[in-house]
Amino acid sequence: MTTSATLSFSHGVHPEYFKHLTDAKPIEQMPFAETYVLPLGQHTGAPSKALVRKGQEVRRGQMIAEPGGFVSVALHAPVDGTVTGIELVEMPNGKMGPAILLRTDPYSTQQLNLTPPTPPEEMDLKTFLISIQSSGLVGLGGAAFPAHVKFSIPEGKTCRYLMLNGAECEPFLTSDHRTMVEHPDAIVDGTAILQHFIRAEKIFIGIEENKPDAIAILTEKFNRSGLPAEVVPLKVKYPQGAEKMLITSIIQREVPSGKLPLDVETLVSNISSIAAMSYWFRQGIPLIERVVTVTGTAIHRPSNLLVPIGTSMQEVVNYCGGLTNDVSRILLGGPMMGMVQKSLNSPVLKGTSGILALTSREVKDLEEYECIRCGKCVDACPMHLNPSLLGLLAKNGLWEEMQDNYVFDCFECGSCSFVCPSGIPLVQSFRVAKGLLREQQAREKAKATAV
Amino acid sequence: MSIAAGKITISTSPFLHGVDTTPRIMWEVTLTLLPVVAAAYYFFGLAALLLIGATIAGCLAAEYLFLPATKRKSALRDGSATLTGLLLALSLPPGFPLWMSFVGGFVAIGMGKMIWGGLGNNVFNPALVGRAFLQAAFPTAITTWSAPDGRYLSLRGTNLALPFFQGHAVDAISSATPLATMKFDHVAAPLMQLLWGNTSGSLGETSAILFILAGLYLLFRKIINWRIVVSIVAMVVAFSGIFWLMDGSRYPSPLFMLLSGGLLLGTVYMATDLVTSPITPRGLWIYGLGIGFLVVLIRTWGGLPEGVMYAILLMNACTPLINRFTKIKPYGHS
Repeated sequence: MTTSATLSFSHGVHPEYFKHLTDAKPIEQMPFAETYVLPLGQHTGAPSKALVRKGQEVRRGQMIAEPGGFVSVALHAPVDGTVTGIELVEMPNGKMGPAILLRTDPYSTQQLNLTPPTPPEEMDLKTFLISIQSSGLVGLGGAAFPAHVKFSIPEGKTCRYLMLNGAECEPFLTSDHRTMVEHPDAIVDGTAILQHFIRAEKIFIGIEENKPDAIAILTEKFNRSGLPAEVVPLKVKYPQGAEKMLITSIIQREVPSGKLPLDVETLVSNISSIAAMSYWFRQGIPLIERVVTVTGTAIHRPSNLLVPIGTSMQEVVNYCGGLTNDVSRILLGGPMMGMVQKSLNSPVLKGTSGILALTSREVKDLEEYECIRCGKCVDACPMHLNPSLLGLLAKNGLWEEMQDNYVFDCFECGSCSFVCPSGIPLVQSFRVAKGLLREQQAREKAKATAV
Repeated sequence: MSIAAGKITISTSPFLHGVDTTPRIMWEVTLTLLPVVAAAYYFFGLAALLLIGATIAGCLAAEYLFLPATKRKSALRDGSATLTGLLLALSLPPGFPLWMSFVGGFVAIGMGKMIWGGLGNNVFNPALVGRAFLQAAFPTAITTWSAPDGRYLSLRGTNLALPFFQGHAVDAISSATPLATMKFDHVAAPLMQLLWGNTSGSLGETSAILFILAGLYLLFRKIINWRIVVSIVAMVVAFSGIFWLMDGSRYPSPLFMLLSGGLLLGTVYMATDLVTSPITPRGLWIYGLGIGFLVVLIRTWGGLPEGVMYAILLMNACTPLINRFTKIKPYGHS
C-alpha cells in the first residue's frame, strides 16, 4: 500500500462534510412497504419494456421489464406481490414517466428463491455482459449508467487500469462507505469477477482519507485476494469522486475533452456496483435494493438503509422518524450535485444514493452581489475553466461565446457557486446555457437534414 | 401526506456555500487595517483619525449619491466604500487639509468606481484614482510631509485649512520622506526605523512590520492572491538588486526599496484589489512583475521619489488585456 503523499487533483473545494451523522451507523434493512412504484426509465438510456400486466402476480426478484435496447437494463420486482397498473408517475426530476405499480403480498414472507446464473468464470465475455444487463445493474453512484455498457470495451481500446470509486466526496453521503466496511468480501469477489474479463494490469481502489476503516479493511482483503489491486487513500477534497478527477489523482493523466476514461486506458466503476455484481453472480439477486443514506439536520434519525427499489421517499423518511419542523430543502443525492424535490412522492430509484433533508442553517439564501473578479471560482474549478468569465457571458446571453470558452467541459460539480463570495449562481447559469445551446444545435441539425 | 406546503424551497444544486461573502471579505480587509490606523494615530496624533474620517465620509457620500443611477441595491453595506476611504487616507500626508481629503474620497468612489457601473466594473483601483486626482489637483499639499511628533491630541495647522486655501504649517516642520532623501541626497534611512515606522511619510507609509503581518494574515486567509505579492516583491528585489550590486552608494538596497514608501501598503492592499487585478494565474504573475518593474523604474529614474501609485494604475489599465491574452488551459485540452 502507498504510504507516500496522498493523491489528489488540482483545484476543487472543501465543503463541510457532515458525514458524522451516519458514518458509524450500520446498514439497516428497511421494512417492506405496502406499495412500490418502479419507473421504467430510471437509468441512463432507453427505458425498459414492461413484461407484466395489470393483475399479474410477481415474485420477489422476478424480471418485470426487459432492456429496451443496448443502453438499457432489466427491472425486477422488489417484493412478492401483484401488479396494480402501469401508469405515468412523477419522477424525481419533476417529469412524468411510465412506471409499474406493485402491491405487496401481505401474506408473503418475502423469502428470496433465486438460482444464480452459470458461474461467470465459465462464461464468455458476451454472455457475461448480457447477464449483467439482465441483472438490472447500473452505476450506483448517481448517474445510473448501465454497467454492461461501461464494461464493454470497444475494439481498439485497452483497459490497463481498473478503478473502483470509493471516494464518496459528496458531503453527507455514507452509503458507499458503509458498503465498503460491511461488505468487503462482496467487493473483492465482484472485483475478481470483473477482472476475469477485463484483465487490467492494475486495479486501484480510490477512497478518501476520511474513511480509514474502509481503507484498512479493503487493504487487508485485497492483499489476500491475489488480485493486482492497491487501495489508494485520496485527499479529502470535492469533487474527488468525479470520474475525471479520480483518474487524474491516481494516474496523473487527463482524460481528453469529449473522450472517455478508456482513452487513457482506464475503466472506473462505483464500488457499490461491484458488490452488487457479486450478489447477482453468486446468489442470483438482481438489483432490487440498494443502500440509501437518509440524512440531514432535518431528519430525526439519520440512517443508512437497505431500501427496496421503488419504495416511496415518504415511507423512507417516516421510517427515519420523519422531518423536523425547520426543514427547508429535500434533496435526492448529495448537496453539491443532488436534485431538489418539491415533495416526497417520488420513489427511491437505482441511482438514489441519498435522501437529504436540510434546514436553512446549511442551505443559506444568498444575497447576490456584483462579481468582484476575486478568482476564487477559477481556483476552484476542477476542469480549469474560467467560471467568472462564463458567468459574465451568461449574464449577457452570449451563449456561443460560452461554448468558445469550454462551457461543455463543465460537468456541473458546483464548486464555482460554492466558493463565489458574491453568491452568483454560476453553475446554475451554465446548466441553462448548455440546455439552450443543445436545443439550438438540435434545431440547426434538423433544419440541415430537412434541406 | 406531504411536506408542509410553502416551507420547501425549489432551487438547483449546489446547496452548500462557503463562508466567504463579498461584504465579509471587504470588512475583514478593513479590520486588518486597524493596527495600521492605531500606528498612524500613535505617530501623527488626532490628525490621522480626522483624515480617515474625512475620506470615508467623502466615499460614502459619493456612493450614496450615485447609487440610484447604478440601479444596484445594498452597495453601501458591502463595505467596499469604507475600505476605499480608509486606504486613500493612509496614502495621504498627515498635514493634508481635511476638505481636500473629503473631495479625494468623493472622487475616488465617484470617478474611480461609480461611473464605471459600481463595484466589480471599475478598471482602476478607486483609492488610487482618488490619490492621483489629489496629486494632480493639490501637488503642494500632498507632498508636504511632516515628521511623527508623538503628540496624540495635536492637529497640524494645515489640517483645518478652509477650502481653496492651503493653510499654514504653523506647528509642523516639513520633513523629507526616506525615499526623497534617498533620491535627492542618496542617504538611506536606517532599516530599523523603516520597519517600526517612525519616519515621515503618509499615514500608512510608515510601519512596515504592520503591513507584513497583515499581509501574511490575508495570504493565509487566501483573500489576497499570493502570486501578486510574490511577483512584486521578487521583481523589486531583483531589479533594484542589480543596480545596488553595481553601485551600492548610488542605488538603494533591495531591502530599503521594499520597506520604504508605499510599497508594502500598495502591494498588500492596492495591487491585490480583487476587482482591478487579473483573474488568470499567469496573468497575475505578469501583472505583479509589471508593478515591481515600474516601481523601481519610477523611483530610480523618474521625476518622483515614489512610483507605487502610478505603477499600480498603469498595470490596472493593462488588466483587461492581460486577462484576454492569458487564457487558462482547461482540463483535457492539450
